[in-house]
Amino acid sequence: MMLVTVAVLTRSRNLFAVVVLSSVYSFLMATVLVALDAVDVAMTEAAVGAGVSTVLLLGALHLCRTEEAKHAQAPWLPLAMAVVTGGVLVYGTYGLPAFSDPQAPIHQHVAARYLNDGPKETGVPNVVTAVLASYRGYDTLGETIVVFTAGIGVVALLRRRRQRSEGDR
Amino acid sequence: MNAASHFSYWATICLMVMGLFIVMARANLIKKLVGLAIFQTSIYLLYIAPGKLIGGTAPIIADGFSVYSNPLPHVLILTAIVVGIAVLALGLALVVRIREAYDSIEEDEILAAEERQP
Repeated sequence: MMLVTVAVLTRSRNLFAVVVLSSVYSFLMATVLVALDAVDVAMTEAAVGAGVSTVLLLGALHLCRTEEAKHAQAPWLPLAMAVVTGGVLVYGTYGLPAFSDPQAPIHQHVAARYLNDGPKETGVPNVVTAVLASYRGYDTLGETIVVFTAGIGVVALLRRRRQRSEGDR
Repeated sequence: MNAASHFSYWATICLMVMGLFIVMARANLIKKLVGLAIFQTSIYLLYIAPGKLIGGTAPIIADGFSVYSNPLPHVLILTAIVVGIAVLALGLALVVRIREAYDSIEEDEILAAEERQP
């Protein structure tokens, strides 16, 4: 179903439809993430991917045209490149462990320690929260700085525009 | 090695390739950004899917459960989602500015306008 959504999205020229479809896609992705036991990630994806980014895209569409122009040449080169990349990646999966293999390296390293000692050391039963806020608190601080910088960038870009349009009047 | 054991990787790769194709083939800047977002979500899937254990539960410690999915990819991807929205917001702000400067959000029209005024 997700693949169908993305396929329609690729074909569609009406940008409004593209934005709505990308929101649908985000909700589907959130559902898949719940099925994969990643409840925290699914909640964030539903709120941020389907909510905030849709609002941002609609806001940008309000300021731009909503139809995509047709272009002349057929996109054979990008298509070929995408297919080749996909083929190489599929070849690469043959070196990866099978889905849900308990012996896979991902389950052998630090994860077990977090699951066993995390609640005792931090007192938080949700291990994702414990790692995010306690063990990797500095990471989260860095992330906030990234978001802050992006916010400053957006304000700087859009404020110059408002000043100029006031100057025109 | 059978088809079912690697299906999650292949679905991820399909999404990734579609996102890549949209970014490369479409000239419209907003559509390029949507393609970038699809590419990003495929990366989320790439990280989360190997952490799942069939029969396990979400990594919230409770009595009665002993098998949990791996919490570390979840933490990484939470950060990635937030950074992704920051990238999208900045990209859209740039698109709005480009549209003001060139009165177009199509890549080829912008390049043509660039050539006309040296």
